[in-house]
Amino acid sequence: MKKVRLATVWLDGCAGCHMSLLDIDEALIDLAQIADIVYGPLVDIKEFPHDVDVTLVEGAVSSTEDLEKAQVIRERSKLVVAFGDCAVTSNVPSMRNQYGVAAVMKRAYQENATLQPQMPTQGVPALLPVARPLHNVIAVDLHIPGCPPSPEVILNCVSELCAGRMPKITPSFRFG
Amino acid sequence: MSKQVKLKIDGEYVTAEAGQMVLEVARANGKFIPALCYIDGLKGLGACRLCLVEVTGIGRLLPACTTPVQDGMSIVTSSPRLAECRKMIMELLLSERNHICSVCVSNGNCELQTLAAELGVNHVQFPYRYPKLPVDASHERFVVDHNRCVLCSRCVRVCREVEGANTWSIISRGINAMLAADLNEPWGGSSSCTNCGKCFEACPTGAIAMKGKAVGENAKRAERIARLVNARGGAQ
Repeated sequence: MKKVRLATVWLDGCAGCHMSLLDIDEALIDLAQIADIVYGPLVDIKEFPHDVDVTLVEGAVSSTEDLEKAQVIRERSKLVVAFGDCAVTSNVPSMRNQYGVAAVMKRAYQENATLQPQMPTQGVPALLPVARPLHNVIAVDLHIPGCPPSPEVILNCVSELCAGRMPKITPSFRFG
Repeated sequence: MSKQVKLKIDGEYVTAEAGQMVLEVARANGKFIPALCYIDGLKGLGACRLCLVEVTGIGRLLPACTTPVQDGMSIVTSSPRLAECRKMIMELLLSERNHICSVCVSNGNCELQTLAAELGVNHVQFPYRYPKLPVDASHERFVVDHNRCVLCSRCVRVCREVEGANTWSIISRGINAMLAADLNEPWGGSSSCTNCGKCFEACPTGAIAMKGKAVGENAKRAERIARLVNARGGAQ
């Protein structure tokens, strides 16, 4: 049987959802039998590959880079999963939304900087006016809420998706 | 003894007392009807709209918490149409203010969070508003965080109907509606508040939280309200 091409992406999040994915523990070995992880924070490939079957996207869409990545992911993935509360609701990254980018940047890089207060301009993408949930910028096939989603929910979802089925939404799909 | 009425709930005949609300009767007969603003012991208000039910012969949906039972009426408490509407209402509630469960004092103890999961809301299709709202920590025992408030007005009603202090009210209209203490003053400076904490126990979310308590300790005991009301001889 052809292996499922699975990718994971880390946008504006804390990596907690990826940690929860690793927390499926020994089930990772079974997962490796049915899926190849073709892209992710621990995979040494720089560019998002083509013909991905399932992509788990952690994190909100907060910067121009996040937005571009999201669009490439959508183009090259059959199924896109909003993975965790930041991707689903924009969660903690959205706490800056009510203040505006200029005030947030000033707070982080000038008021709170003790050494050489200055605005970063080189090598960092610009922040979008507000951090947004993934489904506000691209079509999303499945939302898995949770901060982070529990390993049980993740394992169930990934197993179902790899078997070509859509997971059933139960009360274990919970925000927070 | 008050007059008995007979009605049908999901096809089953049940008996109720005249004057009872559909929600009360349906729940007493083991039916699940979600609700946020309704709480045992206080008068129904119809604020959250989650308890909408179908009433045969009436085209629009009615809130079960404010619809009195009538002889011969037929109620449907669960249908695809109701599930769709309730889900949509829950999503509107979540999109209105900043409900960030992961960093909320009520994470794990929140009726809004639990109901969202029970209704199958795993994302919000409407755009979030991200309003800028204040947090009032001026009270010595409690904090009111307007970011988490769903305007259910349980606090307003428990303060009025049970404590009799009338500290809380809802001011302004529509999307600008806000919970306010006394004449919209900091809660800590309220001359009417008795520091009783009934509003805290009644609040379904993290909007009213107790100071000095960790997340797991901010569990509310809304059932205490009904117990108190019953001990005093029932609702006024």
